[in-house]
Amino acid sequence: MSQQTLMAILIFAPLVGFFINGFRYKKHSAEVAGTIATGAAVISFISALLMVIDLIGLPAEERRISVQFFDWITIEKLKVVAGFTIDQISAIMVLVVTGVGSLIHLFSIGYMHHDEGVAKYFAYLNLFLFNMLLLILGDNLLVMFVGWEGVGLCSYLLIGFWFTDKQKATAGMKAFITNRVGDAAFLLGMFVLFLTFGTLNFQEINHLVPLTSELTWLAPITMGTLFLFIGATGKSAQIPLYVWLPDAMAGPTPVSALIHAATMVTAGVYMIVRLNPLFMAAPNTMMIIATIGGLTAVMAASIGLTQWDIKKVLAYSTVSQLGYMFLACGVGAFGAALFHLMTHAFFKALMFLGSGSVIHAMHEEQDIRKMGGLKKYLPHTYLTFLIGWLAIIGVPPFAGFFSKDEILWQAFHSPRGHWVFWAMGALGAVMTAFYMTRLMALTFWGESRFSKKIHPHESPMIMLIPLFVLAILSAIGGWIGIPHVISEILPGQPGNFLETWLEPMIKTVPGTEHAEPSLEWGLMGISVMLAAISAMTAYHFYVKDPSKPKKIAASLGKLYDVVYNKYYVDEGYFCGIINPLVRLSKGIWFYIDVNFIDKTTYVISDLVRGSGLFVRGIQNGNIQQYAMYIGLGVVATMTYVLMR
Amino acid sequence: MILSAVTFLPLIFALALAFWPNERTLRHLALGFAVIEFLASLAMLAQFDSSTAALQMVEKFPWIERFGISYFLGLDGLSLWLVLLTTFIMPIVLLGAWNAIENRVKGFLISVFVLQTAMIGTFLAMDAIFFYLFWELSLVPMYFMIGIWGGQRRIYATVKFFIYTMFGSVLMLIAIIYLMFLTQETLGTMSASILDFYKLKIPFVGGQFFTLQTLLFFAFALAFAIKVPVFPFHTWLPDAHVEAPTPGSVILAGVMLKMGTYGFMRWTIPLFPEASEYWAWLFMTVGVVGIVYGALVAMVQPDIKKLVAYSSVSHMGYILLGLFTFNHFGMSGSLYQMLNHGVSTGALFLLVGMIYERTHSREISKYGGLASVLPLFTIAFFVITLSSIAVPMTNGFIGEFLILLGSFKAEPAFAYVAVTGVILGAVYMLWMFKRVFFGEKGELVKDEHHPLHDLSLRELCVLAPMVLMVFWMGLFPNQFLDLSKASIDHLVNDRTNYQLVIKGQNDLGPETKTAAISTQKTGDAQ
Repeated sequence: MSQQTLMAILIFAPLVGFFINGFRYKKHSAEVAGTIATGAAVISFISALLMVIDLIGLPAEERRISVQFFDWITIEKLKVVAGFTIDQISAIMVLVVTGVGSLIHLFSIGYMHHDEGVAKYFAYLNLFLFNMLLLILGDNLLVMFVGWEGVGLCSYLLIGFWFTDKQKATAGMKAFITNRVGDAAFLLGMFVLFLTFGTLNFQEINHLVPLTSELTWLAPITMGTLFLFIGATGKSAQIPLYVWLPDAMAGPTPVSALIHAATMVTAGVYMIVRLNPLFMAAPNTMMIIATIGGLTAVMAASIGLTQWDIKKVLAYSTVSQLGYMFLACGVGAFGAALFHLMTHAFFKALMFLGSGSVIHAMHEEQDIRKMGGLKKYLPHTYLTFLIGWLAIIGVPPFAGFFSKDEILWQAFHSPRGHWVFWAMGALGAVMTAFYMTRLMALTFWGESRFSKKIHPHESPMIMLIPLFVLAILSAIGGWIGIPHVISEILPGQPGNFLETWLEPMIKTVPGTEHAEPSLEWGLMGISVMLAAISAMTAYHFYVKDPSKPKKIAASLGKLYDVVYNKYYVDEGYFCGIINPLVRLSKGIWFYIDVNFIDKTTYVISDLVRGSGLFVRGIQNGNIQQYAMYIGLGVVATMTYVLMR
Repeated sequence: MILSAVTFLPLIFALALAFWPNERTLRHLALGFAVIEFLASLAMLAQFDSSTAALQMVEKFPWIERFGISYFLGLDGLSLWLVLLTTFIMPIVLLGAWNAIENRVKGFLISVFVLQTAMIGTFLAMDAIFFYLFWELSLVPMYFMIGIWGGQRRIYATVKFFIYTMFGSVLMLIAIIYLMFLTQETLGTMSASILDFYKLKIPFVGGQFFTLQTLLFFAFALAFAIKVPVFPFHTWLPDAHVEAPTPGSVILAGVMLKMGTYGFMRWTIPLFPEASEYWAWLFMTVGVVGIVYGALVAMVQPDIKKLVAYSSVSHMGYILLGLFTFNHFGMSGSLYQMLNHGVSTGALFLLVGMIYERTHSREISKYGGLASVLPLFTIAFFVITLSSIAVPMTNGFIGEFLILLGSFKAEPAFAYVAVTGVILGAVYMLWMFKRVFFGEKGELVKDEHHPLHDLSLRELCVLAPMVLMVFWMGLFPNQFLDLSKASIDHLVNDRTNYQLVIKGQNDLGPETKTAAISTQKTGDAQ
């Protein structure tokens, strides 16, 4: 099969699935709709696998399969081709997305079994996958942008999937509009880059990037990358545009796993990694990215400490973990960012699906205060969730440990790094360990706190299989990127596969020095120790001494309220932007449009009418009056002539 | 012959309808006529030569020789798609209005066809007086359409519409007459041909308003600006739209507004290059103000139709912005956006009309939860919404992207403001969409005495071509833009000395002499 055909199958299989399920949107059978959709996803996955195998067969420097379908927009210098590329970076992403995507499709068959709109659900899910593939594989910024907005659209549709609930519909709208703010900046970024480089093609841009870094803020590359990064803060839920993601949990749980944890929200990170030579040339942008990433990691984790909704905890956790990825990008550790993106996709999808299994078992209950002791009711879900927990808090040798450790190390050691960035990351890790342990404790451990009427039941096999697979990946997925200091002491000294694989595509920060292994070991030890202490504290609080957290919360008083209420950011946006804008618009409409502009036209027409009335008054057909006008005229003329 | 046929066939159809005895088959006949007209325009498309910017298929006959006025029709890349838009939308309008117009059907159909001739004539006429005739003729049928078949305040709205647009065009007439006298002075014989107008070198003095080119420029620009309508001359539009019957709104938004933007492209910018360049900042400013202003006001409208009307103001702001960038991106984007707006806003008015026929209300607050009752209608409305807010893969994206890119290239400050329209567009459309289609069922939706029915086969046939065009134009813009490329390139590259020739007639004889007007003349004008 030619590569063109294979690429077409890879991309368009989900689109075909979308159309099939879209046309049978009234059907209720989850099995049929789910099989079609899952089949489409699996076909994509297999095609992706075949293409990556082809890719591996190529020499390292030429690992790139490009396929061009047609010329999309051609105007003067702007030549945008509907072209798609698999290279080292997109290969990882495409496998993660189609692989995890397939698993989540499968899970959905069980989860959405009783839903009336199941065909529609699977149609949207396939449409999402299609758009995600455009985003990943597009070989230029504009094709990426097609997918970029497309996934946002599917996210909107899926968050508001149960649209009769006004809150859910509003959450969908909020997600789309917040993303649009980012997208507008993305557009500006494209304009700057196009006018600078004369192309939007990734390979060409990366090739044209000058070797010297820009030092001023208003220089084109710095501005372009900053705009793109603002775009990324929308899609990848970073400060200040992260507010839509927690609300997005209104959608069905598998959607949260697929779109709002594993794939779509990582698009911003992916975009930056894709353009890493460009971002490298803009140190100012990099500094902003690292700072925003670090702050987001800490802030979101702190909110996660206080939430009671199982999905909200995971949502803030996602925001926080995305912060790590941006932190990594910002310090120039693009490989580490991609690595964490991948492991996070495994363990966060696992935990979201696990929470779906829990919610399913608890009859749509999401409040962790009303759970507890589910370990014995849901043994398989518990086991897999446990692995996810170990992975995210960074216990070696689970996946999260390797990627998070790599980020922390680079944040400290890279020439673009700083100990402050490391400290932010470590603080985030401490909080992550705490809230995740809290989540485990309140959900699975301790006493049952739900009513006797609920009999939690383990989920069916179709939902458990994806959990098992993701659990295995969460356990061993990190082994492809084992750092040198560890591999040195392991038997056989396995190489860092990921680093070697990405090496031709990732620019390294100039001036990186070789560091003492003892320093790396030391930092690693500190962060693992801190996380362990934090996790044990949480265990003590929520399992051994459940009254303690309340006391601490009470003693914190106002501070706790502020964090619990998410720092009142949503309220701030409403008071500061949205409400004034609506008031302003109403004012413009009433005062300017109706009462000024339109009134002015009336004044003009009244003037015309008035002068008409005046003239009409003069010529009223009354002879005596006319005689008087003549007389007056004669007198006036005479006066003028005589006085002159 | 083909251009005359495309222009005047509708007029003949109108006559035929006037004498058609059978009331019941009138609509069928009219639909058939509109389809024939569309096919005729396709034949015109098939003959089109995209390799040249010259006028094609020209028909030129002397008409009032003493004043150099001629029957002069010509086609190039600037008019091609607008003519096709007109002929494409007409059968859809007629099918869409099947039940919307119940009384005096014959009069209505005659108006539609007369209007079609007027609009196509406006796009094809290359003689100023001939052009002006069509331009003004278009007012009459629309005046009756709103005034007879409109809503409650139809008389108010239609008089406002008529007088407002008339006011602008009278100034244009004066300017046209002035230009004709100028041709007599510089070329020896009086001419109203646009080709001769292009040859005039009208003196321009920057910084002084009461100079010849500036005055003529504003006389033309005002006429077109009111038609577009450009902020702040837009207040006739919401009234006209709200009162107009659905087909009237569709034609008005879909095609008639483009007569204004087309006017800028064909007349104002190439005729007065220096003044256009000098005053570009003004038009770009009102363009971006229109974008933001229209969007903000649209956001708080309680009436769906008014919302769509104000969204038009916003969208037309983009077109104006793109035109005055004077680069390939902005100009192509504007031309494309004219077509997009015709499709998406036309479709939006059709959709609003469809729901109005069911519930007799357009108040957003009375709806809610429509999506669970009318799934097909919802899908159609959603697709058109996507087009309106310019989501990639729909037509709207191509236009907006090119215009924004063009304005960023010309003057980034305008692009920074205009890009907020991308956000605000999503805000007003999606907020409306949420209130109408999502949430609990509103009072009109749950009314058990009037259960709502989803789209009928007729309505599907009305919307399907629109939805098809949304994606076709979004996915394969080159198929459209390539045909206009030569003309746009010519306009952009040779704007300061713009000349048009007639295809196959490169030697225009003694007329080709271009002569500057004596400084004496300039002094007079001042």
